Order: sequence, then structure tokens, then C-alpha cells
Amino acid sequence: MFGFLKKKGGEAVSPPADPAATTETPEQSLSWRERLFGGLARTRAQLGGKLKTIFSRGKVDDELLEELETLLLTSDVGLEATQHLLDALKARAKKDKLETPEAIQEALSQALAELLAPLEQPLSVDGHQPYVIMIAGVNGAGKTTSIGKLAKYFQSQGKSVLLAAGDTFRAAAREQLMTWGERNNVTVIAQDGGDPAAVVFDAISAAKARSIDVVLADTAGRLPTQLHLMEEIAKVRRVIQKADASAPHEVLLVLDANIGQNALAQVKAFDKSIHVTGLVLTKLDGTAKGGVIAAIARQCPKPIRFIGVGEGIDDLRPFVARDFVDAIFA
Amino acid sequence: MLDNLTQRLAKVMKTLRGEARLTEENIADALREVRMALLEADVALPVVKEFIAAVKEKALGEEVIASLTPGQALVGVVHGELTRLMGAAHEGLNLATQPPAVVLMAGLQGAGKTTTVGKLGKYLKENLKKKVLVVSCDVYRPAAIQQLQTVAEQAGVEFFPSTTAEKPEAIALAAVDWARRHYCDVVLVDTAGRLAVDAAMMAEIKALHGALNPIETLFVVDAMLGQDAVNTARAFNETLPLTGVVLTKLDGDARGGAALSVRHVTGKPIKFSGVGEKLSGLEAFHPERMASRILGMGDVLSLIEEAKKGLDEEKAMAFAKKLKSGKGFDLNDFKEQIGQMRKMGGMAALMDKMPAQIAQAAGQLPAGTEDKMIRRVEGIINSMTPAERAKPELIKASRKRRIAMGAGVQVQEVNRLLNQFEQTQKMMKQFTKGGIGKLMRGMKGMLPGMGR
Ligand SMILES: Nc1nc2c(ncn2[C@@H]2O[C@H](COP(=O)(O)OP(=O)(O)OP(=O)(O)O)[C@@H](O)[C@H]2O)c(=O)[nH]1
Ligand SMILES: Nc1nc2c(ncn2[C@@H]2O[C@H](COP(=O)(O)OP(=O)(O)OP(=O)(O)O)[C@@H](O)[C@H]2O)c(=O)[nH]1
Ligand SMILES: [Mg+2]
Ligand SMILES: [Mg+2]
Repeated sequence: MFGFLKKKGGEAVSPPADPAATTETPEQSLSWRERLFGGLARTRAQLGGKLKTIFSRGKVDDELLEELETLLLTSDVGLEATQHLLDALKARAKKDKLETPEAIQEALSQALAELLAPLEQPLSVDGHQPYVIMIAGVNGAGKTTSIGKLAKYFQSQGKSVLLAAGDTFRAAAREQLMTWGERNNVTVIAQDGGDPAAVVFDAISAAKARSIDVVLADTAGRLPTQLHLMEEIAKVRRVIQKADASAPHEVLLVLDANIGQNALAQVKAFDKSIHVTGLVLTKLDGTAKGGVIAAIARQCPKPIRFIGVGEGIDDLRPFVARDFVDAIFA
Repeated sequence: MLDNLTQRLAKVMKTLRGEARLTEENIADALREVRMALLEADVALPVVKEFIAAVKEKALGEEVIASLTPGQALVGVVHGELTRLMGAAHEGLNLATQPPAVVLMAGLQGAGKTTTVGKLGKYLKENLKKKVLVVSCDVYRPAAIQQLQTVAEQAGVEFFPSTTAEKPEAIALAAVDWARRHYCDVVLVDTAGRLAVDAAMMAEIKALHGALNPIETLFVVDAMLGQDAVNTARAFNETLPLTGVVLTKLDGDARGGAALSVRHVTGKPIKFSGVGEKLSGLEAFHPERMASRILGMGDVLSLIEEAKKGLDEEKAMAFAKKLKSGKGFDLNDFKEQIGQMRKMGGMAALMDKMPAQIAQAAGQLPAGTEDKMIRRVEGIINSMTPAERAKPELIKASRKRRIAMGAGVQVQEVNRLLNQFEQTQKMMKQFTKGGIGKLMRGMKGMLPGMGR
């Protein structure tokens, strides 16, 4: 890990946004780690190589703790989780007599990894046919795009996929999903306007008739303050249950990594109305670090099934806690 | 867990009561609470640090008005400073150019650009009677062009068709050319969402800006953004000469600290708020409201709303002008103000809207007494001659006796009123910049003192 850090540390001091370096490599061959770290390295450069200063100090003092606190807070970890992590760190530092900044920082990243490890639960779509996945989230989080990527992901596992255009509200939401259907060469069930629950019901019936493995149901973006829309999505869930008593088998809440502490409120509110079983954290290819999942792990833990690292069809990865933590500390 | 600032401060306040000035010591705890409140609201850490330093400097040595606690006084300073930083009240679009006025939209993926184009189109058409053309340069996102087309239909504005095979710059230039030939007043140019670290995409929009030379370049940001808002805003601001910001999704329950981060980094005015998915969901930006929201002072917000409803617009304007000029606040105004309060349903109703702890801390009075007090004050002022109201310093012992007789009160009460008036005058000076909300709060802090 430290070898890795040093390498990235070197990169971080080079001038930001070296476009040549990134465009030379074919996009798809970049691992998500590289994408993640690419973005992060650039933030670091903007911040003037934060960790470099942590390491160059060479001694453990309040200032070091403050820098680590800053690192967590500026990653959207939030006050409560940051305090929790720093307390855990202090306890460990005392117990294990940690004396170098490297050891301290490693202990902190370990504490964070331990906090996030329980959220690392890959999604398996075996056991039900069709396996019905409902996708929800606030406006613009990346629901429809994630569905496009998930369709590819499940197809590459040999599963047949069908999409339900459950967003009957937003302008051209249906056409957007249709395009993703074409890209994946899968059927999209849609209606002209109409009721989202009815569309999803139709889709499940169609999937049953065609022995489809996975149904991905899109829904319109909504903010938890719009109570009638939260009620509407609860109804979609109920109607899914009517179509198949064991469904929905997964209720994915899509979170935008750029969003701050409100993500917590989103998890709580959507969980209350539709019983969320997993999360997708999108837009991690930017400079936002999505540290709010640490707060989520503390206050309303949900498995993080996938992360989104771009707008392309392949820009989806299963969540790996350790990689995520390394990206924050990179 | 997400205690609002007033609740937080109420705790600290207790220990601060009875001190006459804000000092480094007596505000240290309170400032820590302010820091936490801002972080919880997603204000970026570097911005929080600078803000706290500024507030501290402003607050130190500040006199604490009689019936306010140092904590309340500090809330005043924090709120005032935050409002000031959020910028002046609504600055509309600048369209003062040889038509068509070109407006370029920029922002992260999913921020609300396309929707905002529709909202602005509708607003310009319906409110300003402009002929508007919209065009999409988003050749990447699936069905982005179709989305704008639908939105344009809903808004009732002209739509310039484009295809994903074209280059954004060529599309935009063709649209502007069309607009010129068809006498459009405004062209709204939608663009694809992009990450600040995507060098190619940032170069694209820079070139687009260069080719269009728009009079307005609006940065569209999601009010829910977290800490990274500073990095994103900085990068967009460095790439493009932004002229303004649109803050979207304010109909949610995010505290919206990103507004402060973005404002701090770009220094550009926040021109509009997005408050819904529908095209009618566009509002002027209210710095004062945003400050309350960031601080978690939602109740103050509704108080201000209420105050505005009750206030006679014109009188309020005239009054505000008077305040701004910094002179001539006399007993007539004082009476006027009290009358306005009556209109708003009296102190009792007002107090209900105050954040619980502040109301409690400030108004340890039996319910109902405030309204009686307002009537008494009005009675006293009514017994004065116009000359006395305009120049309270005229009121010496004999006049006081006459006034007390006329109002059916003790001379001490007249004295108390005059003292209160003097304090209010002082407070007015201090609160001049803070607007109505602060004024009201100040008054509320003042009136219970009448009983003492
Ligand atoms: N950079 C990046 N962009 C993403 C990612 N996921 C989605 N986006 C972009 O975010 C924007 C919004 O994505 P959508 O999939 O339309 O979001 P949505 O949640 O369906 O939006 P609504 O249906 O309008 O609520 C689009 O421009 C997407 O291309 C990601 O992982 N990285
Ligand atoms: N509740 C609410 N939703 C909004 C607001 N503004 C936009 N939206 C919604 O946010 C989502 C994204 O809006 P778009 O206008 O597609 O965003 P965009 O910036 O054009 O997205 P890209 O083109 O993908 O970058 C849609 O679901 C909109 O309906 C707002 O003020 N309030
Ligand atoms: Mg969608
Ligand atoms: Mg768009």
C-alpha cells in the first residue's frame, strides 16, 4: 500500500489535468481504480499534495490529527463519522503505540475500511426468475444511466435482461432508456405517458412470459420532500409485489457521490417508503469522494452494490471497500 | 443529530447570559457550534474556516443589547455575515446587448441545466415578453436533444433542432444565426453535463464560449452538493468567465451549504433558484432565506415570510430606505413598526414562529402580555405631539407627565418607552444591512424588556 501511495504521491505534484496522459490509454482498459485515482490525483494536485505534507512532517502531533480530520471532512465523511473514526484512531494509537505519521494514517484508513467492509456485499441475481430490481433516487442521480450499465453487466454474466420505463414524468426519460435498451439490444417495456406502476407491472408480466432473468425498473427522480411522489413510488413497489409476491428482489437507491450530507437523509427517506436493499454510488470518476457512505455505514447501513465511474456502458464496478478507502487516502 | 444552529446555540447561550460584550472567551463555544452547523450544511471546510475567522473579527467587541444574550447577538452577526456573503438580492439576467442575447449553460452531470433552460425560457417569454430560442449542444447524453425539445414545447418557446452527428460549436452558431434572422431576443444554449477534471470536455465548452461570446454564462449547481463543490466551482470559474449561478433542487431538504461554497469561490451572483421539476419551479434567489436555511433556521424563514405578508410593501420600502440612509428613525417610525407588528398578528403569533429556544430565551413572559404591551406603547405614542414624535429629545419632565396622563400610564412607563426607543435606534443602525428578518428578531429581543 505504501509503495502505491508513494507512486501516486509523485503523480500528485505534477501539474493538474494532463490530458495527454489520460487520452493515450484506451478508455475501457483503465481499471476503475485507475479512473478513481486519476481523478483523485488531480484533486490532490489542486490541494497542493495534502498527504505529502502529512508525511513530510514526520511526527505525530495535533496538527497531524487535524490534517486527517480535514481529509475526512473534505471527503464528505461528515462530523459524526469523522469523530467516530478519529476516536477509533486515538484508541488504537495509544494501544499500539503508533509513532510515525505513516502508521497513524494507516491505522485511520484501516478504521475506515473496517467501517465500510460490511457494506461490501455483491449482488447476486440467482434464486428468482425474473429477478426484479427496482431503481430509485433523487433527480439526476444517475438511475437511468446505471440501468444501462447494469443491463450490460448482467448480460455479460449470461443473463437475459428486460427494462421497464417507469419514469413516465420527465421529458424524454423514456427515450433515454430506449437508447440504453438499443445499446444493450434488450427489450424496453414502455407506455405512452400513463402510470409508472402499470408500466412496471406490464414489464414483469412480459418477463415471465419470455423467461427473462432480470428486470430492471426505472423510476422518475424525486426528492424526499415531495411526499406525494414518495407515496407514488411506494405504490410502484406494492404493485411489483402484486405481479410477483417475492418481488422486488432488490431495491437499489442510486446516490450521486457529489452530494453531501443530504445523502443520509435520502437513504433514510427512501428506505422508509420502499425498503432499500442496496446502493449504487455514481459519478466517482470526478473529484468528489463519496465519503458520505461512511456516515451511511454508521447511521443507516445498506450494502453498496456498485459504483459508477463514468457515463459509458462499461463504467460500473462492484464496490470494494479497500479500494474505496485507498482512493480517499491516495 | 442534525440540530439546527439555534438549538445548538441555545445550549451555549445559557452560559453566556448577562455579559455585556462579545469576547474571544464567551464566543469560543458558540463559534465551534457555528462551525459544526456549517459543516453539517455541507459548506466546504476551507470556506467554513474563513467564514468563522471573519465572524469572529466582526463579533469581537460587539455590544450586547440589553435583553439579548451574547449568543443571540452572535447569531445576529453570523446571519448577517452569511447574508452579506450570499450576495445582493436578486440580480436578473443581463440581456442588454445587440439581440439575440446569448445565454450559455454549464455544469456537472444531472445538475438541472436542461430543465433550467426550459424554466428560463418560460420566464423570459411570459414575464419579460421575449422571443426565445433554445438549442441543445448535448450530443452525448442519450435523448438529451429530445428532452430539450419536449421542455421547449412545454415552455412555449422556439426550439432549434440539432443532431448528435453535429459539433456543439456548429450547432450553437447555426442557432444564433437563425435567431438573428428571425428576430429572437434571447438564445438559451444547453450543454452536456461535464466533470471539471474532464479536460477534453472543459476545453470543448471553453471553445463554445469563445465562439458564442455569450452575455450570460450560467453555472448550474445542485443545492445538495457536498464538499467537492469548491473544486468543481473553481474549475468551472477558471475555465469560463461565469456571470452567474443557478441553484437547483432547493425544493429538497438539503441545507444547501454548497451555495456558500460556490459563491465564495466564484464570487458570482446566484441569480435564480430551482424549486421544482416543473417549468414554473424557478424563483429569484433570496440571500437572506438561503442564510437562514444554511443555518437551519427554517422557522426564522417562515417568520420572515409572515412579516413580509403583513408589511405594507410600499411602507416597508420607504422604511428600508430611511434605515439605509442611516438617519431620521423617529417615534413615528417606531409607532409605524408596532402597527405593522399588530397587523402581523401580534407578538404572540410571531413568537410562535421563532426557533423554540430563542423564543424561550428571549421571551420569558406570560403569554398574551406582549400584545397588551404593544397596545400600551401605541397609546403612549399617540399621546405625543407630532413634534415630539419627530424629535424625542424634546420630551422632558413636564411633557412626560402630560403624555403619561394622556395615555393613562405611569411616568416610568413613558421613560421606559423612550429608553427602548433609543435602544431600537441603536439596533437599527446595527441591523441596517440585515433586512426585515433581523429587524423583527431585534424587536422581539427588545419588547420583553419593556416588562422589566
Ligand atoms: N461522470 C459520470 N456521469 C454519470 C454517471 N452516472 C450518470 N452520469 C450522468 O449523470 C446525468 C444524469 O444521469 P441519469 O441516468 O439521467 O440520472 P437519473 O437519476 O436517471 O435522472 P432523472 O431520471 O432525471 O432523475 C447524465 O448526464 C449521466 O450521463 C457516472 O458514474 N459518472
Ligand atoms: N426537484 C427538482 N428537480 C429538478 C430541479 N431542476 C432539475 N430537476 C430534475 O433534475 C433532473 C436532472 O435535470 P436535467 O435538467 O436533466 O439536468 P442536466 O444538468 O441537463 O443533466 P445532464 O444534461 O445529464 O448533465 C431531472 O429529473 C429534473 O427534472 C429542481 O429545481 N427541483
Ligand atoms: Mg432517469
Ligand atoms: Mg441536460
